[in-house]
Amino acid sequence: MTPPWLAGSWADIGALGGLFAQLSLISVGGVNTVLPELQRQVVQVHRWMSGAEFVALYALAQAAPGPNMLVSTLIGWRVAGLAGALTATAALVGPPALLSYATGHAWQYFRDRPWRRRVQAGLTPVTAGLVMAAAVLLSMTTATGPASAALTLAITALLLTTRIHPLWLLAAGGLLGMAGLV
Amino acid sequence: MQPIPHPEPQPGTGLPGVGALFGGFFSIGICGFGGTLPWARRMVVEQRGWLAASEFTDLLALCQFLPGPNIVNFAVCLGARFRGPAGAAAALAGLLSAPMVIVMTLGALYGAYGGHAVVGRAFHGLAAAASGLVLATALQIAAPLRGRALGLAVAGVALLAIAVLRLPLLPTMLVLAPLSVALHRTPR
Repeated sequence: MTPPWLAGSWADIGALGGLFAQLSLISVGGVNTVLPELQRQVVQVHRWMSGAEFVALYALAQAAPGPNMLVSTLIGWRVAGLAGALTATAALVGPPALLSYATGHAWQYFRDRPWRRRVQAGLTPVTAGLVMAAAVLLSMTTATGPASAALTLAITALLLTTRIHPLWLLAAGGLLGMAGLV
Repeated sequence: MQPIPHPEPQPGTGLPGVGALFGGFFSIGICGFGGTLPWARRMVVEQRGWLAASEFTDLLALCQFLPGPNIVNFAVCLGARFRGPAGAAAALAGLLSAPMVIVMTLGALYGAYGGHAVVGRAFHGLAAAASGLVLATALQIAAPLRGRALGLAVAGVALLAIAVLRLPLLPTMLVLAPLSVALHRTPR
């Protein structure tokens, strides 16, 4: 019934694995730091989908329960069906998981060393800048007019100043869109 | 779900088994709307008492410092600490199994109905809202930098490099991260 979702070549599956494994190892501070690079690779380099569709899949991953890294599952699914979904997810999760496993014990051992706090203090601003860059680039893609730009900013403000659950705000965005207001 | 009265696990006695690790992280996976870390803290520290609050913060620091999704790293580290490789695998499987099925179902629905005008408009609004979520997350991560000129400068350079100059991520990080660590001589 939905053949495009189950179609996929071995070349695409291999490319998905390679792409997500690479991104997984440079995604210090979480997946949002590599979002612009992911968008560039998926949309411009591999031409797997349009920019609008990439953003829609990202929004879907945000609206679903679970970690927002599941955007990898969705992109894999879109490109090469179930095999693509599993490959992309495993490639994004595998290398960091092995690294975490290897370093977990050492970290406990070094817990009181001053260099550890210094490394952390140095990495925080880099992560902050990278996530901000991802936010700016993503907002520029989704802000197609004054109304959608205003919606993005209003939701940012509500999240920072109130304790409203993000899911309600996403639902509100979807409803406003459906009503043709943004 | 039972209310857990004990605040600190007794070493050697209260260690969760493989099944409990799967179950605990499964509950994070299905609850974790809009970011999983608050739910992880709730489950691990408040509900099950697997870690003291300070131990949680310490382990989280490692998981934010390593590449990869923070919550994945956290599941692996905690599972491994209690039950070795089997514990790490159980925590990871618990965390990801349900959300992967849900997200693929949603993906299939989007594939089937995404072409309809109403669905397309809904996604347009949803995407604009998701941007707001990322923007708010970015501001929250940047909040501790307030009043720290060096930190703000580093963050500003990273922002400029990626969002304005559109430099590739890997070289940018390879230059900025060591530079920033070297400049941060004293812990704040």
